[in-house]
Amino acid sequence: MKKANRATLIGYYRTMVVIRRFEEAVEQLFARGVIRGTTHPSSGQEAVAVGSCAALGKNDYITSTHRGHGHFIARGADPRRIMAELFGKSSGYSHGRGGSQIMADFRLGFLGSNGITGSGLAIATGAGLAMKLQGRRSVVLCFFGDGAASQGTFHESLNMASLWKLPVIYLCENNLYAMSSPVAETVSVPHIAQRAEAYGMKGVIVDGNDVLAVRDAVAQSCFRARNGNGPELIECKTYRLSGHSRGDPRIYRTREEEALWHQRDPILRFRTWLIDNGFLDKAEAKKIESGAARIVASAVRFARTSSDPDPDAMCRGLFA
Amino acid sequence: MKTMSYTEALREALAAEMKRDDCVILLGEDIGRYGGAFGVTRSLLDRFGPQRVINTPISELSFVGAAVGAAMMGMRPVVEIMFMDFITLAMDPIVNMAAKLRYVFGDQARCPLVIRTVAGGGRCYGPTHSQSLEAWFVHTPGLKVVAPSTPADAQGLLISAIRDDNPVIFIEHKMLYNTKGPVPVPACRPVPFGRARRISRGSHITIVSWSWMACQTEIAAAMLREEGIEADAMDMRTLSPLDIEAVVESVKLTGRLLIVQEACRTGGVAAEIAARVFEAAHDYLNAPIRRVAGPDVPLSASPVLENAAMPDAERIVAAAMELVNFR
Ligand SMILES: Cc1ncc(C[n+]2csc(CCOP(=O)(O)OP(=O)(O)O)c2C)c(N)n1
Ligand SMILES: [Mg+2]
Repeated sequence: MKKANRATLIGYYRTMVVIRRFEEAVEQLFARGVIRGTTHPSSGQEAVAVGSCAALGKNDYITSTHRGHGHFIARGADPRRIMAELFGKSSGYSHGRGGSQIMADFRLGFLGSNGITGSGLAIATGAGLAMKLQGRRSVVLCFFGDGAASQGTFHESLNMASLWKLPVIYLCENNLYAMSSPVAETVSVPHIAQRAEAYGMKGVIVDGNDVLAVRDAVAQSCFRARNGNGPELIECKTYRLSGHSRGDPRIYRTREEEALWHQRDPILRFRTWLIDNGFLDKAEAKKIESGAARIVASAVRFARTSSDPDPDAMCRGLFA
Repeated sequence: MKTMSYTEALREALAAEMKRDDCVILLGEDIGRYGGAFGVTRSLLDRFGPQRVINTPISELSFVGAAVGAAMMGMRPVVEIMFMDFITLAMDPIVNMAAKLRYVFGDQARCPLVIRTVAGGGRCYGPTHSQSLEAWFVHTPGLKVVAPSTPADAQGLLISAIRDDNPVIFIEHKMLYNTKGPVPVPACRPVPFGRARRISRGSHITIVSWSWMACQTEIAAAMLREEGIEADAMDMRTLSPLDIEAVVESVKLTGRLLIVQEACRTGGVAAEIAARVFEAAHDYLNAPIRRVAGPDVPLSASPVLENAAMPDAERIVAAAMELVNFR
């Protein structure tokens, strides 16, 4: 494992904690009826978001999913503007038009989260095609879930990307469930990464709860893709610790299974690793954690005090 | 009569038809133990088993296509598309296959398929979980399109849809699931397609709508009565076939027509109704036909914007008043 310097490692930890606190706050705000609509928390999947974004350069691109807050924060988005979007305020990333599932910041190379399962796969493919045609050395990282791997667009996109040797990293967050459906009931092979072979590309399986393992795997795939070797499929095995969306009673899995995965919590794991390896002590960790809580509290304050979008402007901005 | 929710009424219809006919099967995402995103199929897995309540992967194109194939072979699939927005992924089997099978293959072919899906806003679910896309299917010859607003109609029309030998797009609305109303008991009874339901009688203005907007129209009709305006209000219930005769008859008496649709204005079913009424009864009209409709933009997630975009009873009343006062 290639070890980065201390500040970088602590940066990963900080971002992971910010994502967790953010999602916890969002869940509470939904439960209290302060925010409406729906949301898909990414608690438990922070190592995938942070590890993979750590492997990207600033000229690279990302397509995200309905469970995208973590990806967006890991890419450097402003938690205040994400929270404002959830509140439906004009200061939100989509000015209240998108909500939890639909946000983007092209300047960050973040081409959007997405409410349609699988939609991002083809978008990423097209972005990769543009990179190739424009002769740029950027790669496109495409997040999608185990559920999305059942959409036709998954198969069609991988085929085209492989044929055309596009610089796209298809990163499957296999969190073992698509809503209430366990992956074994929706995917016909044990590992989604096995499907890479059918499209003539490399498939990689990674422990998605190990931030450094994710970072290294994505970095290697990026290196090859950037050098014209075409797309790769990475499957990160992980688990969403929360319900699918707000108000999910989680009848489709056991509390024992959840407890097991709580023990594998990527944040606790990385914290322990950092402490054991002398990168962090408990006092510093506490400081980072309370700092994260402050960032999230300030995001909530910002969202709460922002103004509503103007209904009179609702019909503007449909066309370029 | 028994009071039950729209959800319960739908579930009873599914259960009754599954009991009546072994060929009726359910397909969809998370419809098994989870009972579907809105709970309509809850308990059906336990009652009918996994052979008949089939949880699918997230593969709308191919499980709808598979349902068409199964229907051709004599099954009667009832497919659930979790949100109507996702029906976009299954347009090919619906539009290019199901709708055309009988016409091109003749008597040998039959497609007894129901696609249940959930349209509409009101829950701040944003641009890709709130659309009302009924017009696309009304515009496709060979499909029947149903959009009930009451528990009784939800039940009766779903029974008719399942017994129909043609593909039916059955549109539910997320604001309706918890609404309650009287439903005939003990037996589920089919409600025929192509007949509007009168919401209120009156001679001053005709108001027509369907789905969630029919509930808003009912409230509006009561508000108008307070103002001394008697509205002849109708719930179309099925959009294909469309009971245009009922609307024309009413317009011949009232001379004024207001059409309420939640979907965006342009190219909607309201426009079709307006055109047909004008063709059949233009010389009875004492005022221009008017529409209350959603704006021609995606529905936003922000409560403020969503609320501003969705027609409601107040907006219906305001438009009706203007029409009644038109000289
Ligand atoms: C086309 C489409 N079908 C269904 C849905 C409803 N839906 C939203 S998320 C989801 C599960 C997605 O599972 P997965 O891809 O594994 O992602 P996860 O939720 O586990 O992060 C479903 C069925 C949708 N948004 N879009
Ligand atoms: Mg999943």
